[in-house]
Amino acid sequence: MIAKIIVTPKPVVNDPQGITVRQGLASLGFTEISDVRVGKYIEVNLEASSEHEARQRVEAMCNQLLANHVIEDFRFDIEADGHRHR
Amino acid sequence: MRFGVVVFPGTWSDRDCGWVIDQVVGAELVYLWHKDADLKGCDCVILPGGFAYGDYLRTGAIARFAPVMEKIGQFADRGGLVWGICNGFQILCEAGLLPGALIRNASLEFRCQWTNLVVERTDLAFTSNCEEREVIRIPISHGEGNYFADPATLSRLEQRGQVVFRYCDANGKVGPGANPNGSLHNIAGIVNARGNVLGMMPHPERCAEAELGGTDGLKLFRSVAENALKVLVS
Repeated sequence: MIAKIIVTPKPVVNDPQGITVRQGLASLGFTEISDVRVGKYIEVNLEASSEHEARQRVEAMCNQLLANHVIEDFRFDIEADGHRHR
Repeated sequence: MRFGVVVFPGTWSDRDCGWVIDQVVGAELVYLWHKDADLKGCDCVILPGGFAYGDYLRTGAIARFAPVMEKIGQFADRGGLVWGICNGFQILCEAGLLPGALIRNASLEFRCQWTNLVVERTDLAFTSNCEEREVIRIPISHGEGNYFADPATLSRLEQRGQVVFRYCDANGKVGPGANPNGSLHNIAGIVNARGNVLGMMPHPERCAEAELGGTDGLKLFRSVAENALKVLVS
């Protein structure tokens, strides 16, 4: 299975990267933008007997290492990996 | 009095700290490799600046799993002195030995410059040679030194007097103009509730000799050296 994990700065955390990207987009004429947040995308290939088990394991990975709960939120999807990554 | 300086792959201020301890203060020095599961009888452990494990994922995120970190956690629990400088401060936060986190500087720039700090605690082993509310001049050198903690944690830190250093101007005035990185409440350094674990972004090891433009950093190293001696004697 493959876990597709997205880690974002918490809404209360100031995100200077997001602010700078928003300013860049605004200067290109994308004036409809109200906010931009910059986070991380992580893919984890794992063996699990069920999607439920995979979810539990990935949740633990995020809590223990992949996200810092002080400053970041995370969410993820679990997919069966049809074509195997190397 | 023995200082231990921890070396991770990617640490860069270990020799600077070592030089001050060994050549300037004249205290005993040992380097602690990150794979060491032994603190070699140190009285104070320093986690120096740099980019431990390349700062992969987040600053300090991988370093906290090093074997030496487990021993440092136990040492801190027993009241041992632990001093995180720059990347060391980031590691202490990731390891949960200090609250909060250090995020990207508000300017998005790496800042390498002199800063003024007001010393708000002088009853600590790390700052006993400083005067009450003394302004000391110590350089910073970081891209991620913007201290963040949730409002409850921040107010607890303030109530318990755990903020040790705050960025200020040359007269000791704390304000946004003197804040180099966007840190909440101009925080440059904090200590745990017990007072034995200090984390600070500025680099005292870079200003411990007049040739380097200042000696205020030496006050902190001397404080630790003299305090530990008192503890040993008493």
